Amino acid sequence: MSPPALDTATVALQRTTPADFVPAVGDYFALLKPRVMSLVVFTGFVGLYLAPGHLHPLLAAVAVLCIAVGAGAAGAINMWYERDIDALMDRTRHRPLPAGRMAPGDALGFGAVLAVSSVIVMGLALNPVAAALLALAIVFYVFVYTIGLKRRTPQNIVIGGAAGAFPPMIGWAAVTGQVSVASLALFALIFFWTPPHFWALSLYRAGDYARAGVPMLPVVAGKAETKKQMLLYTFVLWPVALAPALLHATGWLYGAAALVLSALFTLCALAVWRDAGDRAARRMFGFSLLYLFLLFALMAIDRAPGLLAIPGFGA
Amino acid sequence: MSELALMDDRQRRIRSRNRALLLLLLGVVALFYLIALVRLGVWS
Repeated sequence: MSPPALDTATVALQRTTPADFVPAVGDYFALLKPRVMSLVVFTGFVGLYLAPGHLHPLLAAVAVLCIAVGAGAAGAINMWYERDIDALMDRTRHRPLPAGRMAPGDALGFGAVLAVSSVIVMGLALNPVAAALLALAIVFYVFVYTIGLKRRTPQNIVIGGAAGAFPPMIGWAAVTGQVSVASLALFALIFFWTPPHFWALSLYRAGDYARAGVPMLPVVAGKAETKKQMLLYTFVLWPVALAPALLHATGWLYGAAALVLSALFTLCALAVWRDAGDRAARRMFGFSLLYLFLLFALMAIDRAPGLLAIPGFGA
Repeated sequence: MSELALMDDRQRRIRSRNRALLLLLLGVVALFYLIALVRLGVWS
């Protein structure tokens, strides 16, 4: 007689104790939100690269690793807390917790261990300021954004955006051991970029957020108001994006590119403003990622020694 | 999926998780060793 057939959904329902869950290694990796982490790592690296001073290459790698692990840990704790609403949204219902592949306690423990470890290693290998900033970023993301703001106010990602803005400042502090005006300018760039970036996503995912009861701006104030706010934020980004060049943290190449890219970002927001459908919002979400990536890449290129040795320009 | 296949899958997941944990532990030990070398100025 053949053994009884069980489908995976039935097996998931039968899991009652933590020992019943056997998550794959890939599930733990998914908890770290690798796509978000890639941008965090990149901006953290550029902050470290732009900072004045010298850091041993191994310690620089450790600093970037700590930023990545700290961000991943915050993501894991976020997934633990949001497992109820993640199950209601198309975009997130396949994550390890709502899909029933992992016990909630495992995810929380994994995130907490990684968070504490990343801060301790940053403090031991680099300096207390970088470790304190990393701890602040994790605490801000978990307690202020995830637990405090996300389900309560449409300004959740405006204030909560600060958590994602910390990495370049942490990278800078890893080298210099302090917070400077230039590193605050890098923080401000990501802080003011976050609202139009997330609102572009929430415009075409408004149904998801409404179903989960998350008061994103398009759900609470409507799409027209969201589009107006997005446009306003792209105007704010013009001087903010120029600030690193004005503070001499970067050179002429970055300054010129910041103007062009900010103009294109505003044009995207105008297209969203005029578009009754979702197409322009999807395009703006994609461009917003490219915008931030290019700005930080250009900051690094602008500072690379000898790369821009054009006569007449002091790069 | 038969119960037998699910048990095999469970064993495979446990094995790969244990291997990943071992690699992680070795990585952490190596990392602390290298950080110590740099911080002590042995490898500058």
